[in-house]
Amino acid sequence: MVYARLILMRLLKAVIVLLLIVIFNFFLIQMAPGDPAAILAGEAGAADQEFINQLRERFGLDQPMYVQLWRYVSGIVMLDFGYSYRLGVPVFDLIMDRLPATLLLTGTAFVLSLVLGIVAGSMAAARVKKPSGSLIMALALVFYATPLFWVALMSVLVFSVYLGWLPAYGLYTVGAGYTGFALVLDIAQHLILPATTLALFFMAIYTRMTRTSMLDAAQQDFVKTARAKGLKPSVIQRRHILRNALLPIITLAGLQAGQMVGGAILTETVFAWPGIGRLMFEALQQRDYNLLLGIFFFSAALVIVFNIFTDLVYRLADPRIKGAS
Amino acid sequence: MPVTTDSATEHSSAETVLSIRDLSVALPKGADRALAVEDVSYDVNRGEIMCVVGESGSGKSMAANTVMGLLPKGVHPVQGEVNFLGQNVITLPEKQHRALRGLKIGMIFQEPMTALNPLMRVGAQIAEVFEAHGQLTPKQRQERALELLIEVGIPQPEKAISAYPFELSGGQRQRVMIAMALALEPVLLIADEPTTALDVTTQAQILELIRDLQRRRGMAVMFITHDFGVVAEVANRVCVMRHGKIVEIGEAKDVLENPQNPYTKALIAAIPSNAVPPHRETSQVAPLLEIKQLNKVFRSRGGWFKSAREVRALDDISLTLARGETMGIVGESGSGKSTLGRCVVRLEHPDSGELLLDGVNLSQLKGDALRRERHRVQMIFQDPYASLNPRTRVGMAIAQGPMANGTPKAAALKQAGELLDLVGLGASAVERFPHEFSGGQRQRIGIARALALNPELIVADEAVSALDVSIQAQVLELLEELKQRLSLSLLFITHDLRVAAQICDRIVVMQHGRIVEQGSAEQIFLHPKEAYTQSLLDAIPGRQAPVAATA
Repeated sequence: MVYARLILMRLLKAVIVLLLIVIFNFFLIQMAPGDPAAILAGEAGAADQEFINQLRERFGLDQPMYVQLWRYVSGIVMLDFGYSYRLGVPVFDLIMDRLPATLLLTGTAFVLSLVLGIVAGSMAAARVKKPSGSLIMALALVFYATPLFWVALMSVLVFSVYLGWLPAYGLYTVGAGYTGFALVLDIAQHLILPATTLALFFMAIYTRMTRTSMLDAAQQDFVKTARAKGLKPSVIQRRHILRNALLPIITLAGLQAGQMVGGAILTETVFAWPGIGRLMFEALQQRDYNLLLGIFFFSAALVIVFNIFTDLVYRLADPRIKGAS
Repeated sequence: MPVTTDSATEHSSAETVLSIRDLSVALPKGADRALAVEDVSYDVNRGEIMCVVGESGSGKSMAANTVMGLLPKGVHPVQGEVNFLGQNVITLPEKQHRALRGLKIGMIFQEPMTALNPLMRVGAQIAEVFEAHGQLTPKQRQERALELLIEVGIPQPEKAISAYPFELSGGQRQRVMIAMALALEPVLLIADEPTTALDVTTQAQILELIRDLQRRRGMAVMFITHDFGVVAEVANRVCVMRHGKIVEIGEAKDVLENPQNPYTKALIAAIPSNAVPPHRETSQVAPLLEIKQLNKVFRSRGGWFKSAREVRALDDISLTLARGETMGIVGESGSGKSTLGRCVVRLEHPDSGELLLDGVNLSQLKGDALRRERHRVQMIFQDPYASLNPRTRVGMAIAQGPMANGTPKAAALKQAGELLDLVGLGASAVERFPHEFSGGQRQRIGIARALALNPELIVADEAVSALDVSIQAQVLELLEELKQRLSLSLLFITHDLRVAAQICDRIVVMQHGRIVEQGSAEQIFLHPKEAYTQSLLDAIPGRQAPVAATA
């Protein structure tokens, strides 16, 4: 099967790329100012040289760089990302702990922005030069231009503080002890505000792009052919115009999907969402380099996975693309 | 039938399918004229091919688009009737009009490359016609699609039905378009320049197919074209249009052999005629350009697991062009003729072989040495719309070449004005932008730009193919005149043997990257040695017809 071979080939390339990223990240972190051992020691209140040396030894920071690199890379192959300097917990466990919450948030936002964006964009394209079409585009522009953190804060203010409709922070109500369906409902309620906030920006982009792309496609000759067949306008709009207009959107959606792990720092911070974004932010502040490297690795891996996935979707959507790109 | 009977038609016996009466169609405000067509009346009868002929901007497609209800936005009929099977389609509600499209009226378009949805399989696109009119089950639609593909003569129809448009050639796509248009056996087929974008041999096949289907089904065909050669080939009756008005209408034979209107006469006379210019002696003493065993292979880059694909665009090409000579390179698309031209101006780097210009081997030059020699060979491109930067003033576009070679800006601009004067546009054109000019005028700008560097050799790649015949004749004349005056050599690349025969001293026929035959224009045109050359000549529309009578 062509696809199987293609996926295999892409995965092979991905492994090499990932390895290069790991090495690159490792050196990047080495170049960053600040010594994790000194910071840890400083926080523990005992900043004498001996204690620092002890810490260094424990984390292998006293070894030559190539030894550190080798240890790190060979560890990753076994899915061993080392220990968090600060929390003393395996990095892998920490990330796995936080990953579901982030994927839930970014995944929901992704689907939401894509679906709503395409729907709004198609509506705007069908209503070009009409007030309703202009209204959609004006709204899209507002969402596009408004800073994310401001939208987040305002929505908390309006929907949580003022109206009291939705919870302001967290993944679920702490201490309520919900189980089963009640828990799902509780999480869904908590999800609404951060997911919508995160979705708005990309939704605006998809809206604008869908509209432009559809207006472009509507000018194509094959649309005239479709009309000459006597097809209904709605069928032409959907089957001929929209399908052709979706191609650039797939590209963009692939880019957005790649950011799903690391792209929500701001939203997660404002809504106190226990996800990777916040974990990364904390790790950065505390020079928890092992943890940071682990998160980098997962973000990079996800970008690569979604790149492959986008390529496959693109191939399904556009029969003209064949062979290796 | 409520059809007006006051106007006497020649075909009183034939059943009138379409009757256009006093039709005027308005253009949006700000267009170059108020009415796209004005007071147009003609009939199309069952069992005949009615050719509507005109140059671009003549409004020849407007009536057809009115019949279909496919007029562009802002363009609408303001007067008259378009009676199709007794119904005035202008006043017909959109829903009922839609019911006619595809069912009673089929239409095929000019661009087979873009007229099919690139993302849908051919079979599905044909089946859509049945679906649009609520006919047959999905399975039956596929069966009918296959029958139709067989009827229009697609090779391997079982494969073609599940192919995507990009997997078919231009001619095959046009056959698919025809299959689609004929799916529901319409009473009227409208063909809007259906062969203009095709190679001459493919064009001949498609014309044959349309004629054949028309006869078999007894349809009425409205055939829109700019090419009198095509008219001679297919038309029963002809309607010649200019600036939105009918200038002449009548039986094809009468109009072609004995045109009454001066414009029709001029159009017919402007067709590159079958008469071959007498052989001109050129000084064969000093060859300006010598091409020796030139090779160029295009490889699609293979991936890790994918083998590369090779196309031999130039296969051992050798030829000699004398000073002051015009050589025609003729071939169909994919013959490698454009690659040859691009190699000569060094836009493409040949894999092997020699390109000797006055003894200097151009193919080996690099960097500064190449830059110094480049000005000696200049190119005129095919598309007058795409080959000029829309945001650069015309004078600047011409001056850029000399400026890059060290001429001060003021002097270069002054020279640009003189050149524009030379090509007949006037020096005042310097300050204007390309969009202010027509296609023919832009091609003159292209010529001025090529001349700006004082070249010895000009490569004209399909330089007149995108132009109307009357404009084409003017541009060819200009090229000939300039060539004489500036003692230039010309490498004239074209797919059109008629055009080549008109201005070339010698002709090289290319196919699949090889030279099939070369010789004087007279020899190629009148006594071709190779079968391929003969087939190219046979495919020229109107060659057997008595078009040339006016020449």
